Amino acid sequence: MADITRTREEGGFILEPSPTRPGPPAKIPLLHPAHNYETVTRKITSLVFNRTPSGWYIGMAILGLGMMLFTASVGYLFARGVGIWGINIPVAWGFDIINFVWWIGIGHAGTLISAILLLLHQEWRTSINRIAESMTLFAVACAGMYPILHLGRPWLAYWLLPYPSPTNLWPQFRSPLVWDVFAVSTYATVSLLFWYTGLVPDLATMRDRTKNRFLRVVYGMGSLGWRGSARHWNNYQMAYLLLAGLSTPLVVSVHSVVSFDFAVSILPGWHSTIFPPYFVAGAIFAGFAMVLTIVIPLRAFYRLHDLITMRHIDNMAKVTLVTGLVVAYGYLSEIFFAYYSGEYFEKFFITNRITGAYAWSFWALILCNVIAPQFLWSKRVRHNLPAVFLLMMFVNIGMWLERFVIIVGSLHRGHLPSSWAQYAGTFWDWSLFLGTMALFLFLFFLFIRALPAIAIFETRELIHPDQSQTETPA
Amino acid sequence: MPQVFHRSSNSIARLSIIGAAVTAALIGAIVYIVARSPLATGQHVPPAQPVPFSHAHHSGGDGIDCRYCHQSAEYSAVAGVPPTETCVNCHKQIWLNSPNLRPVRESERTGQPIQWVKVHDLPDFVYFNHSIHIKKGVGCSTCHGEVNRMQLTWQVAPLNMGWCVECHSQPERFVRPRSEIYNMQWQPPANQLELGRRLVDEYDIQKKVYCDTCHR
Repeated sequence: MADITRTREEGGFILEPSPTRPGPPAKIPLLHPAHNYETVTRKITSLVFNRTPSGWYIGMAILGLGMMLFTASVGYLFARGVGIWGINIPVAWGFDIINFVWWIGIGHAGTLISAILLLLHQEWRTSINRIAESMTLFAVACAGMYPILHLGRPWLAYWLLPYPSPTNLWPQFRSPLVWDVFAVSTYATVSLLFWYTGLVPDLATMRDRTKNRFLRVVYGMGSLGWRGSARHWNNYQMAYLLLAGLSTPLVVSVHSVVSFDFAVSILPGWHSTIFPPYFVAGAIFAGFAMVLTIVIPLRAFYRLHDLITMRHIDNMAKVTLVTGLVVAYGYLSEIFFAYYSGEYFEKFFITNRITGAYAWSFWALILCNVIAPQFLWSKRVRHNLPAVFLLMMFVNIGMWLERFVIIVGSLHRGHLPSSWAQYAGTFWDWSLFLGTMALFLFLFFLFIRALPAIAIFETRELIHPDQSQTETPA
Repeated sequence: MPQVFHRSSNSIARLSIIGAAVTAALIGAIVYIVARSPLATGQHVPPAQPVPFSHAHHSGGDGIDCRYCHQSAEYSAVAGVPPTETCVNCHKQIWLNSPNLRPVRESERTGQPIQWVKVHDLPDFVYFNHSIHIKKGVGCSTCHGEVNRMQLTWQVAPLNMGWCVECHSQPERFVRPRSEIYNMQWQPPANQLELGRRLVDEYDIQKKVYCDTCHR
């Protein structure tokens, strides 16, 4: 409702909102109101400058064991070849590609939060963007390893790149596997640049606040001579905006290209036009679930309740719910298309997915990715941290199962019944998977202790100037 | 607070950006050049042989035809290294006491073949057939160079895949009339492209650049 009031100066009518109009209910602030510039900086830098908590050492000890498992798995793989895995014909893609797609999907939330939410002026991204971007980098590192590890001769991985070789040969540019190389390497590069550019002013803050001479030099080199001058800030903001613009198409393109690995082939269950949007939604779904999986324990451990508020958790849960619904629509449309195609093999395939040997994985997938997220409709669930954490674990597992259903489900019942076979991961499949998880968390643990986990200057921008009692230049 | 770095750090930082780019380009260029150099291809270096056999003497000087020793080149995949008996045909009569020929006499006495070192060693995953190349008008010297002038035998062509594909995709640049196959001095005439196109038609040369042409 708006009142039409005559303004005398203009001599006409304009629309003005009535002062009595009920607005939306007051939102939880994105930052505890007691914070000022100094307290924000001190709180975030304390994660690095305070004494290392004993919990960190315990975690690192466990992750160190995981890293040894990872090293052993890779070493044994290089020594013996991919025969140590469960893959064979017809299921020639197993854990290697499942895990590749799983990890690369997880990375997507970071890019979405850093790029798209920045361009859309979603201020709630501020206290989680650094965590999400770091998660992206570490997930891409884990993902990027798999396609190389699954080559029979990983030392020839550079053959994937187009370079002037003495063989006069170029990669097959019509193959989506080559597009994948470009998509993933571009993604890794842009994500790294974006992450680092965001870090520069914060590294300068770290440089100025550290009491350790050695660290001052290290952070000083990292901050690239940042002095916080107006010109610096002007250039910085332009660069950050441009990088955000560059990253935005990547949110969509990377996982679309990954989906082409499947969709371009003619295998039932892969050859489907729904794949690119359905994969992108799945990636964001998986990514937000992983951000929440990391943020909830981190927030509790370091008592970051004043910086990462319930509104952040609530918003991320909502994004997960929405993308979960898109993914559910994808599952439904796959079934519908199989029916509507009228093709014998498509129908057989989808029946086999629902009732065949791997039906358990399909139904577990429905439970994890379709049924579990529905609880997020309720605000009470969204504000119950253990419940959100549990639901996100469901999603993490569900998104892994989705790739299992797609890859193994399609390959084990190809067009040629004589080569039908079952598939199961071996010990080394699982050990490498666990190893990459350890690597991911290992990198994360290092990150938490070495760099500001929350963007200091961006969080300070959330403070209203009136609220700040002390004015401290950057 | 004192400055962490000296003023000169700014220049060093800027230079390091240029330095990184130059270093990367330099490494790329070195790899590019070394991969094509004789260091990688093994060109122009005669390997040590049990007998210092001279093609220049036998083929260039005495005028022995290539096929006297490499008989199977015209009819089979391999050109063939001659058995000791081929050498002995002449060396029963001449150079009987030459110390260089001791391994030949030894081989004849014991029946153990001479262990020649392969000069043109293609990888095992490459299928190569001499006879089809000879039938389609590829002369000896196109790949082996002027062997009749070599005191010791070495590899002239790089033998990498790009080199094979160069001719497989443009055979008209290299083919010659069948009558000139064993002419080691043959040089492409001024109208090679014109002649080549005619020969490609005449000999029904197919531009085979499929993987399975050579990798079977």
